[in-house]
Amino acid sequence: MNTSSTTPASRSSAANGAERRTRRIGFGGGLSSWDLKLSPYLYISPFFILFLIVGLFPIGYTAVISFMDWDLVRNSGTFIGFDQYATVISDPKFWVALRNTFSIFLLSSVPQLIAAIFIAAMLDQNIRAKTFWRMGVLLPYVMAPVAVALIFSNMFGDQYGIINTWLGAIGIEPIKWHSNAFASHIAIATMVNFRWTGYNTLILLAAMQAIPRDYYEAATVDGAGKVRQFFAITLPSLRPTLIFVIITSTIGGLQIFDEPRMYDQFGTGGANYQWLTITLWLYDIGWGQWNFGRAAALAWILFLIILAIGLINLLITRRLVRDEGSRSSLTRAQMRAARRDAKASVDADRAALRTNNPARTNETTEAVR
Amino acid sequence: MNTRALRRIGLIAGVATTSALVLAGCGGTSGGEATTDPNEKVELTIATFNDFGYTDALLAEYTKLHPNVTIVHNKAATSNDARANYFQKLGKTGLADIEAIEIDWMPEVMKYADLLAPVPDDLKGRWLDWKEEGATDADGNLIGYGTDIGPEGVCYRSDLFAAAGLPTDRDEVAALLEGDWSTYFELGDKYTAATGKAFFDSAGGTYQGMVNQLKAAYEDPSTGEITATTNSDVEDIYNEVLDASATQSAHLGQWSDDWFAGLSNGAFATMLCPGWMLGVISGNAPDVTGWDIANVFPNGGGNWGGSYLTVPANGANVAAAQELADWLTSPETQIMAFENAGTFPSQNDALTSDTLLSSTNEYFNNAPVGQILTDRANAVTVSPFKGEFYFQINDAMQKALTRVEDGTQDKATSWAQWVSEVDAIK
Repeated sequence: MNTSSTTPASRSSAANGAERRTRRIGFGGGLSSWDLKLSPYLYISPFFILFLIVGLFPIGYTAVISFMDWDLVRNSGTFIGFDQYATVISDPKFWVALRNTFSIFLLSSVPQLIAAIFIAAMLDQNIRAKTFWRMGVLLPYVMAPVAVALIFSNMFGDQYGIINTWLGAIGIEPIKWHSNAFASHIAIATMVNFRWTGYNTLILLAAMQAIPRDYYEAATVDGAGKVRQFFAITLPSLRPTLIFVIITSTIGGLQIFDEPRMYDQFGTGGANYQWLTITLWLYDIGWGQWNFGRAAALAWILFLIILAIGLINLLITRRLVRDEGSRSSLTRAQMRAARRDAKASVDADRAALRTNNPARTNETTEAVR
Repeated sequence: MNTRALRRIGLIAGVATTSALVLAGCGGTSGGEATTDPNEKVELTIATFNDFGYTDALLAEYTKLHPNVTIVHNKAATSNDARANYFQKLGKTGLADIEAIEIDWMPEVMKYADLLAPVPDDLKGRWLDWKEEGATDADGNLIGYGTDIGPEGVCYRSDLFAAAGLPTDRDEVAALLEGDWSTYFELGDKYTAATGKAFFDSAGGTYQGMVNQLKAAYEDPSTGEITATTNSDVEDIYNEVLDASATQSAHLGQWSDDWFAGLSNGAFATMLCPGWMLGVISGNAPDVTGWDIANVFPNGGGNWGGSYLTVPANGANVAAAQELADWLTSPETQIMAFENAGTFPSQNDALTSDTLLSSTNEYFNNAPVGQILTDRANAVTVSPFKGEFYFQINDAMQKALTRVEDGTQDKATSWAQWVSEVDAIK
């Protein structure tokens, strides 16, 4: 109640605080102006406090540990500088793991997105039992990743796996799923695709349904076929959603763990590290060798890699979104310059007015706006 | 072998560091106050994994004798879960009064031996020599109460042996395999020549049986220095097993899906077989009638696996926990546990028990497994030294063997890669 009555006062308090303060109603006025300023932050604070405790603090603590030779049991360590980072980077396993991570990421994300767009486009048509099909594509997503990995690993057995049996039945040589690096990446990517294609399909389907139908009608009137409509209307309109899907699958892809971990009985990435991924190696260093200093260093390296790729994504996003959203023909620099000019003139006006008649400042700025 | 000399070195090292222990171990022996009130109510927690055979009925036997004690038994599903939990909480709070550990974690546990209450001296001698030796720290303290062991025999498929024209009776097979590893591989040659099929499951599993007979395979027991790459014994074993595996191995890595399938489909005719493996075989190949076990192990004896109970020194009821651990690992209790879960006892007196010696296994054509495994346990002479980096080195070696088996690399390349990996360990 108080709050609403003091709203105008607090809004203008910056300009002429002394005069307006007399309009304060009762004893709570001072408090409620603080209330007004602070409460928005207070309301969102639970998330940030929680993030501070379970997000930021561990990240910082990991950084501290990464400079140490850390003993988990005794909770102590000796400072050794960048040694852990140097050891990680100079280990050939790191580069193999990086290669595998990106290879599995590409093998899973690219076919997955193409399939997801295609399936979403099909589901966007007038088909019978729409809800059934739409829920159907989400079904694999309901399965636990470890369960998926267990079943697929069994199917991809080198000697008695069902896939090699099928291949044998049609006269193809059995594929060495566990000793050929590329074959193992395909097998793992298959698990990822199985689980995530449906999820991405639904997100893209939602975006497709938001495209105004008028576009399609107009295109049909103009004589564009289905394929042309798909490439000229559907795909461009999906761009912002695609960016979201690409970013989430990048983060997920670079942290891939469950599937390679369950791919053989040891979970250490294969005899020649054929499917050793960064997170898998990280886990092995931490929980297999109890070398938490080195694991922390690797975690930070992974963090920086994801950050770098995230930045690249962001740059691309910005460009695409600008193309999408801006209606004016001005470039960004021109727009910025125009804004700067406008602000400067407003400030000049305001300064001039303040010296003449402080009470009117408010209305004037309002008018300028 | 030079076991005795090494033991002497260990003794000297033990004496030399006793003074250090007195300083460091102040907290470690805080539970030594044996003057606990026998009527005081105590709740003891035990943490185990898989199945130790500690049923409620078995634990009730103890609480009947000690009415003041109540026991809470927590079971982890797998030893990996238990391992993560153990090292996260060791030296801090949250561990049970009695924590079970697997022999595989010993190198890591040894680093923190001062955080565990040692086994009282009067219990030394209860267990087989090599079982005790495996849990004795550098200061000569026994830190684990031995529970079970995994003495190894040779499991074989009598039906496949018959098809190859080899004897099928378990005593005849044992006589045939008496000798060192070359005898085993010679029989393998005969088998593969007759049938064209694989003789053993994998180079990795066989290598493990061979390397466990070395006193110090990878590290120098006195200095902890890594000697793996220059140890000619290791290289000899590596070459011997890979030469044989080229023709005799089914190339099925142990615990892989293919390997489990191989247990029942006859992909291989023999495998090295610790006592607990019998349950794995009968559980995964229930329809096969040919599996049998021979009372023999190439080149003497071998042990694979086994567990201990430990008492964390900072627990609330160390003295009471030690008393319970003592009872749980007594020969009589261990025999009860053996009847419950087939955990083969590591206690000297238990090995002469009639219950144990007369036990047979129906699945393995009524083989007298109690007698066989007891003989196998008595044949073990070596407790292999496993230092800080044992697992990293051994894991790299297993990968090296697999690389050759699956055709990724040849023998020499794979060995060279192993050497460079071991050199990088620090």
